[in-house]
Amino acid sequence: MNFDPRFSGRKFTSVGTRPIRPDGIDKVTGRARYGADFNMAGQLVGRVLRSPHAHARIVKIDTSKAEKLAGVKAVITAADLPDLTDGDAAMYDVLDNCMARTKALYDGHAVAAVAAIDARTARQALKLIEIEYELLPHVTDVDEAAKHTAPLINDAIFTEGLEEKPVKPSNVTKRSQFGHGDVHQGFGQADFIVERSFKTEQTHQGYIEPHACVANFSSDGTADLWVCTQGHFVYRQHCAQLLGMEASKLRVTSSEIGGGFGGKTHVWAEPVALALSRKAGRPVKLVMTRDEVFRASGPTSATSIDVKIGARKDGTITAAEATLRYSCGPYAGSWAEIGAMTAFACYKLDNVKTVGYEVLVNRPKTAAYRAPSAPMAAFAVESAVDELAKKIGMDPVDFRIKNAAQEGTRSSYGPVYGPIGIGPTLEAVKSHPHMKAPLGKNQGRGMACGFWFNFGGQTCTDLNIGMDGSVSLAVGTVDVGGSRASLSLVAAEELGIDYSQVKAIVADTSSLGYNDMTDGSRGTFSSSMATISAARNAIKILRERAAQMWDIAVDDVVWEKGHAIARGEKHGNLGKLSLKEIAVESGKTGGPIAGHSELVADGAGVSFATHICDIEVDPDTGATRVIRYTVVQDAGKAVHPTYVEGQYQGGAAQGIGWALNEEYIYGKDGRLQNAGFLDYRIPVCSDLPMIDTQILEIPNPNHPYGVRGVGETSIVPPLAAIANAVSNAAGVRMTHIPMSPPRILAAIEAEREWSK
Amino acid sequence: MAGIAVSTTINGDAVEYLCQPDETLLDVLRDRLGLTGAKEGCGTGDCGACSIILDDRLVCSCLVLGAEAEGRRVETIEGMAHGDTLHPLQQKFLEHAALQCGICTPGFLIAAKDLLAKNPDPTEEEIRFGLAGNLCRCTGYDKIVRAVQDAAIVMKGA
Ligand code: FES
Ligand code: FES
Repeated sequence: MNFDPRFSGRKFTSVGTRPIRPDGIDKVTGRARYGADFNMAGQLVGRVLRSPHAHARIVKIDTSKAEKLAGVKAVITAADLPDLTDGDAAMYDVLDNCMARTKALYDGHAVAAVAAIDARTARQALKLIEIEYELLPHVTDVDEAAKHTAPLINDAIFTEGLEEKPVKPSNVTKRSQFGHGDVHQGFGQADFIVERSFKTEQTHQGYIEPHACVANFSSDGTADLWVCTQGHFVYRQHCAQLLGMEASKLRVTSSEIGGGFGGKTHVWAEPVALALSRKAGRPVKLVMTRDEVFRASGPTSATSIDVKIGARKDGTITAAEATLRYSCGPYAGSWAEIGAMTAFACYKLDNVKTVGYEVLVNRPKTAAYRAPSAPMAAFAVESAVDELAKKIGMDPVDFRIKNAAQEGTRSSYGPVYGPIGIGPTLEAVKSHPHMKAPLGKNQGRGMACGFWFNFGGQTCTDLNIGMDGSVSLAVGTVDVGGSRASLSLVAAEELGIDYSQVKAIVADTSSLGYNDMTDGSRGTFSSSMATISAARNAIKILRERAAQMWDIAVDDVVWEKGHAIARGEKHGNLGKLSLKEIAVESGKTGGPIAGHSELVADGAGVSFATHICDIEVDPDTGATRVIRYTVVQDAGKAVHPTYVEGQYQGGAAQGIGWALNEEYIYGKDGRLQNAGFLDYRIPVCSDLPMIDTQILEIPNPNHPYGVRGVGETSIVPPLAAIANAVSNAAGVRMTHIPMSPPRILAAIEAEREWSK
Repeated sequence: MAGIAVSTTINGDAVEYLCQPDETLLDVLRDRLGLTGAKEGCGTGDCGACSIILDDRLVCSCLVLGAEAEGRRVETIEGMAHGDTLHPLQQKFLEHAALQCGICTPGFLIAAKDLLAKNPDPTEEEIRFGLAGNLCRCTGYDKIVRAVQDAAIVMKGA
């Protein structure tokens, strides 16, 4: 591949404009087809039976009565999904999570499934499945689970990453450490030190569309899967592996997706639907209920984090340290590790150390949620940073500016930064009118920074030019928030044609080479890179065809503003040929014109944001209101600024919900008590103000247009920004998220007691 | 179990169907009539993705039985545009990018249409409370509110 991905400054024509998205009309008319909107002839309804227990050994499953019920076409248990993972521990966990094998590990863990002629029959069949459980002690709290005395969730797990190999099994699956310098010495140089512990509760991505799929296993050993997913290629690999089929025999089509935020990067119901279809010999549609979505899919980690930061009188941070415990659900994960990497990524530190502990609990398997693990770490660190600034007597923005990482800074997790946006976002916040706006009674202002890595990864894209001069762009990254519009803009830009000539689609797994998930904010970053590369390949052919039409050497043909132009005086009278004119003649000049691209997009370009918010706290009830909210974030280059703003606003809103309302509430019995939108309350329209955005563009040197991922960073600062605002409004430091009214009230009352 | 025969009007057309006594109108629309524009986000009346208008009243179709539509008028997202011409709300949702994933969009459009029918000149606060029964997880509502404000202006002028 001789594609040069480096940034080259240019004047944009299409990129940076705000056209209407290509999939828009279908979505406002109700025609767009999401996971549950697809049906096949002869389709059965699949339903899953779930454990009501947090931790229990499965002694016996008797499905005979269910099988005999008229209209039931298949009943499956773990026996129908044999272990074919061949020592791949991570895949074994996925398999066990799809269908419990020996133990039910959380309330909601799948234990059996049925396929029947209709939903009513399927529901009846579930009731006829008899399961004998032997209840085991459970643990759902992250700190409790980390104790030596906690009930063991998996006695084959010994903590990894310790200097000495432990002799006893533990719920702590791994310890990881990052940093450099000598924190002990650094704290010795500090004039002020802040040390605090923080907790955050578990939240769910809360996508409005429940998981849904239609699986069709054919008697010739091939299968089709229609599914709402963030990564149909990865789903294909995983499902094929779990079902013991070759990946090439499974074709996965991604439906329109009704939100994912990381939660649709993991298979749950899909292997079950395929297994049901295989057994029944008919297509099976499996749609989760909202209750199942909460109990069995999603959630993020609950965390417990200790932070210690020291600084000199002049405001220079001398040392920073954090210990982070993240819950993983009942299976090993790397969530604390990511938290430990991101915790201090905003700052230039000589002495820094972070330690992460992955903790097993009897809760659903933790899944990625938008910049996974970063918001909690940022909450703890940015709260402590704010407090430290106060202690020193410095403005919190100035304190952060003084310590902000820069180009050339060695990050707390290892790599040395290129050009980055933390300083510029802070400067923008400093001069933002929001920072100077007056505050009313019981109101407080907070600000905080956030960081996210952004990913690139494997990407494959096809660009076909029709005989009418239209361009169809087939990408393999699922469009989660308008990327088809952005990628069409990029194709139009590179080819020099109008946006309306380009139509982007998401191709299925049989039509395009492998693509990684749309995660890590990689969709627009990596697919735009592949689109540029594909367009450049197409331009090469367009130039060749023009040369043929003119009968001149191809080296004499250049591509400018959507036209082939003959270069050199001797061709002065040839004029120019538009893309369309060349396309119309393509049948005579060598056939269809297309550009293809396959690449591993490197250098996604880290991204930073700083948020400001004003909160009003009612001191009598602890109730809060978000009065004003501003997001400042570096986009590298905003391809479609409206959708970039949308990402900023959406992430902020999710962060607001996380900070103030949302949490998984477990009873003593280990059962989830609020598995519905009524009791797990996400922000509604009347809870929020307008969310102002400011897009900064610090070009990513590793992308031709300077694009960085934008999707995730916006959820990183809100927890801390809101905690700082509430703390300022209530006059007491908030350390437990969500800051629900009872928690705020308790903190205010404790402070009153204390100051008596 | 015997089905119940229902005659109703959906988006102006006479429609007849058989449904079970425990079947919701949402299930009837989606599974029996192929009108999948209304979405099921929760099935418990909490998300508004299944919003429809039943005899001039905004309802969650997941909380209405299929049998209850007998003799009534049902309006769904599929009937909002006139042929090729989008309703001003639909047009403004597109222009303002008031949708990201779009799963909540049919519900919001129906709820906003109902809101503007009853209050053609709503304040921002009235819009926010008027649409508080509809959940959107993607947009933070900012662009949705702006689209509705803009559509209200266009519709008043019309
Ligand atoms: S599906 Fe009817 S309100 Fe959610
Ligand atoms: S646009 Fe995705 S839920 Fe509203």
